[in-house]
Amino acid sequence: MAGQTGRRITPSVPAAPAAAAPAVTTDTAAIDDLLAEIDAVLEENAEEFVKGFIQKGGQ
Amino acid sequence: MVPMARAHPPVSPRDGTAPSALFPPGTVLRVMGLETEYGITAPGHPRVNPMLTSSQIVTTYARHCYGDQRTRWDYEVESPLRDARNVDAATADSPRQPDGRVDATAVGDTDPGLANVLLPNGARLYVDHAHPEYATPEVTTPREALIWDHAGDLIVTDAARLVAATPGLLPLQLYKNNTDGKGASYGTHENYLLARGTPFADIVTHLTGFLITRQVFTGAGRVGLGQDGRRPGFQISQRADFFETEVGLETTLRRPIINTRDEPHADAERYRRLHVIIGDATLGQIATLLKVGTTSLMLSMIEAGWLRDPLIPAQPVRALHEVSHDPVLRQLIALRDGRQLTALELQEHYCTAALAFIEHHQGPQESAWDPDTREVIDLWRAVLGGLAHDISGEASRIDWVAKQALLEGYRGRDGLSWDHPTLALVDLQWADLRADRGLALLLAQRGARARCVSDDEIARAVTEPPATTRAWFRGMCLARFPESIAAASWDSLIFDLPGEPSLQRVATLEPLRGTRAHVAGLFEGSATAAQLLAALRR
Repeated sequence: MAGQTGRRITPSVPAAPAAAAPAVTTDTAAIDDLLAEIDAVLEENAEEFVKGFIQKGGQ
Repeated sequence: MVPMARAHPPVSPRDGTAPSALFPPGTVLRVMGLETEYGITAPGHPRVNPMLTSSQIVTTYARHCYGDQRTRWDYEVESPLRDARNVDAATADSPRQPDGRVDATAVGDTDPGLANVLLPNGARLYVDHAHPEYATPEVTTPREALIWDHAGDLIVTDAARLVAATPGLLPLQLYKNNTDGKGASYGTHENYLLARGTPFADIVTHLTGFLITRQVFTGAGRVGLGQDGRRPGFQISQRADFFETEVGLETTLRRPIINTRDEPHADAERYRRLHVIIGDATLGQIATLLKVGTTSLMLSMIEAGWLRDPLIPAQPVRALHEVSHDPVLRQLIALRDGRQLTALELQEHYCTAALAFIEHHQGPQESAWDPDTREVIDLWRAVLGGLAHDISGEASRIDWVAKQALLEGYRGRDGLSWDHPTLALVDLQWADLRADRGLALLLAQRGARARCVSDDEIARAVTEPPATTRAWFRGMCLARFPESIAAASWDSLIFDLPGEPSLQRVATLEPLRGTRAHVAGLFEGSATAAQLLAALRR
C-alpha cells in the first residue's frame, strides 16, 4: 500500500491534533452528574416513546 | 488552496483530463456535498402521514424564506427543460404562456410528497420518500461540507419551530439518525465529483475496504443488532446492517456498499459523481469532517492511480457487519490474498498511503501543506492512534464512542441490560435535534465534544451560500431576486423578468463557475435581476 516514495510512516503515532480533544470524564461523580442532567430531559415513558418512533424506509 | 504549479502532476493518459477533477491531487479539495434524510415524528400521533408532516417542514420553511406566493418558493425542478414552459435550451428563451402566469413546475400544490425548494444558502430542502431531506450546496472543502451540513440541522430545527407555532399543525420532532430500530433505514449520502476517466473498477477495488472500515471513526453508534435491532447489543454503525450487496444502483432495497448512480449535475463528459450511501448521519463535527475528508483523499489517490496494493475483503458485506458489531475493534477481516487485518490496520494502511501521497504532491514540509488537507490528515492519524491506544479516550471526537459511554453510564448506574427501553431511548434521543433535548447537542453544550468550526460559522451558513462554487451564484440570485426566478436546479436558473416575452435560462454546468470571486462584482452593480442578466451577457 505504501505509495511511490516507499516510505513507511506509522499513523499510529498521532500527529498534533488540529482540534483539541477535550479531556474525557472518567470520574464517577461527573458521570452521575451528567446522567442526572439527561434523566431530566429524557422522554417520559421510554417504552412507549420508542415503540411510537416508527419511520418509513428511505434511501 | 495548493499552488497549481507545484502540485500538478502530468496529465492523466486515461482521458486527457487531469487525474483529479478540478483540483490538484494530493489534497482533500473536491466538489462535493452531503444529503441527510431526517427522521420525523409527531409525538402522540403515530399514525400521522409522514409525507404530510415532512411536507409541512419544507413548505413552512420555504414560506419563511420567500413568503406566501407559491411561485416564489417552488423553485426546484429536476428537469427544468421539460417542466419550465417549453424553455428552449438553444436560445435560452421561449414564449410566455397566454395568461402570462408563471408556472415553474408540473408539481401540484396538493401533492405534499413533492414539496421542494432551493434555499438562499444554495441548498435544497425537499421531501424524499417519507422524510424531510436537506442537500447541502456544492462545497469544495471538508470543512465547508461540515459547516453546510450542520447548518441543515439548524434549518430543519427552525422549520419544526415554525410548524409548532402554526395553528392547526401538530408539533414535529426531527432526528438526525438513520434507523427507527425496527427495520427501517433512511440515508445520509455523500456526493463526490470525480474525473470522468476514473475507472469504476478502481473505485470498487480500493474504496470497498475503506468504506467498510471507516465506520470506526464515522459510525454514530446503535443499540440493537440486525436490521430490526432485535438482537440485544451495541454496534458501531447505524447503517451497516442495512447493506446487503457489494455494488449496485439501488438505494432502498439490497443496498450496495458501492453505489453506481452517476448523475453529475454537471458536464457528464468531464465528470462523474460518486454517490456514497453507506455513511451514518453524524452530529459530531470531527466525525463529519473526517467522513468527507478521508473519503475525498481516498478518491484523489484512486484518480491518480496511487494505490498499488489493493486490500480487498474476501466477503465485504459480512466484513461490514462484523466490524460494526465489534466495538472493541479486534475483529479480523479476511482479505482475498489471505491476509487477516483489523479495521484499524486497514485504515492505517490507507492513512499511511495518503500521507505519502500528500508528501509526493505537496512536499515534505507539513507546514507548507494546504490547511484543509493538513487538518484532515492530522485528525485521521490522531483518531486512529487514539483508537488503537484507548477507545474510550476518543469519546470527544468519535460519535459512537461518545454514545457508548453514555449508554454504559446508564447500564452501570441502573443495571440495565442491552434490551432495556431506556437504552433504546438514549440511542434515539441522541439524535433529537432540539437543543434542550438532543443528547448529542447537550454533550456539545457541556464542552464534551471536540469541534473545529464555530457556532457562528454554522449559523451564517443557514442563509449564506459557500463562496467557492456555483452555489454562490444560485444562493445570491435566490436571496436577492426571488420574485424573478421561475425555476432552479443544481445546474440552471430560469428567470422570469417583467416585460420580457420569454423566460431566460442561465446554465450553471461548471461547478466552479459562479463563485463569489467570479460574480460578486456583477451583483454589486445590479439592482435588478434584469441588470444582472444583462451584466452576465456582456
